[in-house]
Amino acid sequence: MATDRPIDDGAEPAGRLRAAAARVPAVAALVEPGTRPAGAPPSPRRRRVPRRSRFKLVAAVRHNRKATAGALILLFFLVLAVFPGQIAPYNPSALAFSPGLGPSGTHWLGTTSQGQDIYSQLIWGTRQSLIIAFAAGGLATTLSVLIGVTSAYLGGVADGVLSLVTDVLLVIPVFPLIIVIAAYLKGAGTLDIIIVLGALGWSYGARQLRSQVLSLRKREFLEAARVRGETSSYIILTEIMPTLTSLIVATFLGSAVYAVLTAAGLQFVGLGNPNAMSWGTMLYWAQNNEALSAGMPLWAIMPGVFVALLGAGFALMNYAFDEISNPALRPVRRIGRAPFVSESDLSLAAASPGGGTGRPEQRSSDG
Amino acid sequence: MRFVLRRLGFFVVTLWAAVSFNFLIPRLMPGSPVQALLAEHPHLGPQAIKALTVLLGGSSHQGLVAQYLQYWGHVLTFNFGVSITTSFGTSVNKMVFDALPWTLGLVGVTTVIAFVAGTLIGLVSAWKRGSWLDSALPPIFVITSAFPYFWIGLLAIYIFAIRLGVLPNHSAYNFYNDTPGFDLHYIGDVLQHAILPAATILITSIGGWILTMRNNVVTVLAEDYVRMARAKGLRPWRVMWQYAGRNAILPNLTGFAMSLGFVVSGAILVEYVFNYPGVGYMLLDAVNGHDYPLMQALFLLITVAVLVSVLAADVVTAVLDPRTRELG
Repeated sequence: MATDRPIDDGAEPAGRLRAAAARVPAVAALVEPGTRPAGAPPSPRRRRVPRRSRFKLVAAVRHNRKATAGALILLFFLVLAVFPGQIAPYNPSALAFSPGLGPSGTHWLGTTSQGQDIYSQLIWGTRQSLIIAFAAGGLATTLSVLIGVTSAYLGGVADGVLSLVTDVLLVIPVFPLIIVIAAYLKGAGTLDIIIVLGALGWSYGARQLRSQVLSLRKREFLEAARVRGETSSYIILTEIMPTLTSLIVATFLGSAVYAVLTAAGLQFVGLGNPNAMSWGTMLYWAQNNEALSAGMPLWAIMPGVFVALLGAGFALMNYAFDEISNPALRPVRRIGRAPFVSESDLSLAAASPGGGTGRPEQRSSDG
Repeated sequence: MRFVLRRLGFFVVTLWAAVSFNFLIPRLMPGSPVQALLAEHPHLGPQAIKALTVLLGGSSHQGLVAQYLQYWGHVLTFNFGVSITTSFGTSVNKMVFDALPWTLGLVGVTTVIAFVAGTLIGLVSAWKRGSWLDSALPPIFVITSAFPYFWIGLLAIYIFAIRLGVLPNHSAYNFYNDTPGFDLHYIGDVLQHAILPAATILITSIGGWILTMRNNVVTVLAEDYVRMARAKGLRPWRVMWQYAGRNAILPNLTGFAMSLGFVVSGAILVEYVFNYPGVGYMLLDAVNGHDYPLMQALFLLITVAVLVSVLAADVVTAVLDPRTRELG
């Protein structure tokens, strides 16, 4: 369905590189609908978008305002986590100042009831949250992919066993379980939290990936690969995995957000290590000292703002990946066709298989 | 029918695994929880000690298999002993059933509201892609779902209870002025106490429903039968509800059935922040007081609730989606 393609696509030869480049304008079109007048010729800027598909992420981040915001937020926290010593003005645990000071030029966010600088604590706390997010999120995602995809593809007894394990983990509510484990451990450290969150947090992603692969199992392109005599590992890696990209990335981003929130929650109720330098521990001490009613609200509010910001950063990044791998979710593209075509028809066209609903037979035919 | 029986068998196996897990956790932990408890609470009678060893292990003269069988006996007869620290001597079952209605009322009602509102918003914003609704609401709720539940609660307490002083921030009703009963004053008080925690849960949970529904509708709108419906000239309203909505809602319904199971455990931190006397608050209370019998009973209750809802979700999907039955 040639009409579903961007207009400048059809004019180009269909070499592999050309095809890759032709997909990029679609990414460039991620700018909000209406910012470019309907039927406007492609701007020169769009031609400078890199052709190689690995730049798609950069392009998607640059051209999607939500993704840009997410990337900037993550970058901000990355800098804080790497250089806290250069950014924070004071030693975060030094009991060096008058307790309970309000915000001022010397103490931007005031001091705690023990006389520590809140701003410095906040910056030093970043590192642990980021480590937990990436480590626990990565561990959980790896397990999700391994177990979910294998389970669905193999079917039969293997699927039964793996699904059973997945379901058992799924029905055991993880947060209460972590609370119970932490209760026996009496003070969970960073590594404890990472392992527990990672090892217990993969089931939801695995279940989603499994059902996604199950829904693909009857599609023609997989039948075709099987008839061609491809091996299972080839089919999984090159036929199935590309269709799962957005789901896998979403699983990672979701696990990362979940890890940050859960770790903060555990520390907030006092199940973490009370001497750790983290946002959750700050919240714990703030709550214990009744910071809200004792006139130090920033002590309780700011760590939460940072947890939320970091979580939002991960969540917003999801937009970039979503729209790269699932063009159906892209904002409606206005292409210069006959003016009597209604907008709903266009959205229908943009979302139709020719525009790519993540069906790989369309993608591979590009190359 | 065969599908449902199959899932039922699955349910039994999973229940077995879940209870075994509960049996193993305290026994796998370093140190003996029972010995630690006895050291802390020398006043425990022999009856309580016996119940504790069954639940948590630590009995030296019994093999693991015998302990396991005995544990099952206690679980099947709901014999979880008495509370040892939180409320000494009270039956754990009684405590749990006192806490359960508060959680079901608060979190259950809020979950239903979040599901209905979120699904509707998701449907409409996918239908009118690019409208102000679509560009404003989903991103806002994506961001709010990244907020920690408990922190939204803290913020709500700070603004509405401490600064403005208009809403209560503590427990489920006013212990000093109220006697529980079916009178307007008491019900009004309970509702007033529920506003802040309910709003907190709603704000943080609605985003998921919106996003899932929106993405499903966008995908379904690309299907041929929707195009056919449009081509036939059906009213847009009918296409949206009868064609797109009905099919797109399937994953959300499954999610809803499952989320009902998580009602029991879903808002532990919100209950903690607001001192709301539900299951989650009691669990943290039990954990902090090392009240292991209470903790185990609550954990089993939470697990079984989720298990039942997963089964319900499977049945719902099977009834609504013939494709699942074929695969099953």
